[in-house]
Amino acid sequence: MARKAAPEINAGSMADIAFLLLIFFLVTTTMDVDTGITRKLPPPVEDNVEDIIVKDRNILKVLINSHDRLLIDGKPGDISMLKRIAIDFMAIHPNDASYPEYKPKFIEELGLEMDMSQGIISLKNDRGTSYEMYITVQNELASAFHEMKDELSMRLFGLKYDQLIDENKINGINSAIPVRISEAEPEDIGGK
Amino acid sequence: MSRFKMKKGKGSASINTSSLPDIIFMLLFFFMVTTVMREVSLKVKLKLPQATEVQKLDKKSLVSYIYIGPPVKSKLYGTNSRIQLNDTFANIDEIQEFVAKEREDRDEADRKFITTSLKVHGMTKMGIVTDVKQELRKAGALKINYSTRKGRAKN
Repeated sequence: MARKAAPEINAGSMADIAFLLLIFFLVTTTMDVDTGITRKLPPPVEDNVEDIIVKDRNILKVLINSHDRLLIDGKPGDISMLKRIAIDFMAIHPNDASYPEYKPKFIEELGLEMDMSQGIISLKNDRGTSYEMYITVQNELASAFHEMKDELSMRLFGLKYDQLIDENKINGINSAIPVRISEAEPEDIGGK
Repeated sequence: MSRFKMKKGKGSASINTSSLPDIIFMLLFFFMVTTVMREVSLKVKLKLPQATEVQKLDKKSLVSYIYIGPPVKSKLYGTNSRIQLNDTFANIDEIQEFVAKEREDRDEADRKFITTSLKVHGMTKMGIVTDVKQELRKAGALKINYSTRKGRAKN
């Protein structure tokens, strides 16, 4: 009884099948990376908590109205000015009562004591503000803080902040220049 | 005729294609592994604003998305911005439930690393975004990310 050998399967079409699958995955693949501006929301406030009083000189108020116009510290401003104003505000100005107070603080990672500005940038927007404008303002403020980090990093290590690799240095810079942006509780100003 | 025959004898040898399936399979596996299937079909228009100071969102599995924008079917749903959670339009009060459910789906250890990515159409009014942010605060989802495209912001 001669056992018939199992006929060999023709593997010639294997490539075609693989190609078909490949093309399917090529088409359905989305290679996009999600990018965006990361922020941390403050935890919810209880009703009976007293407002923390912050001295007026320590706050830079940035308001955006429903027509996407800016009010920077009581004066109408343009988006192109915002970055300069923010950097100037957060910088240390010794013995100048119109700028925020500052306190020395020892930064462990850097091993040196630095004057920390007590300034806070307060951002407030109307319900009618467009999201695009809001993001533009957030972006300008973020870039202001980024520039300050760059400057400090340049001074200390001779490298830009983005070029730092040492985790310790990055953390040091981050704690020396915290991103002090506060978003006010929403309020309806100026209607729709 | 004899000249043709001579040519045939000296013709270039055919390339061995037996390894072709292997190569294709390799590519196939690469794409299969890197592919992330779209989980939701968008019901709102999304034209994300541009920004320069963007950060990458890593760990895609730890990101939950909230979409806000004008509905695609504007004849049916109007042009006012709506919130989309998963596959359906949602009301503002459903967000807390959504956050709780997203948290439930993740590992216990990963829960505090969940980022909520807000994908919002640029023309949307901030009112609805503020409402969403308030709800997120109440739900305890404090890490958020305003999704933007990298590029020059409008000045």
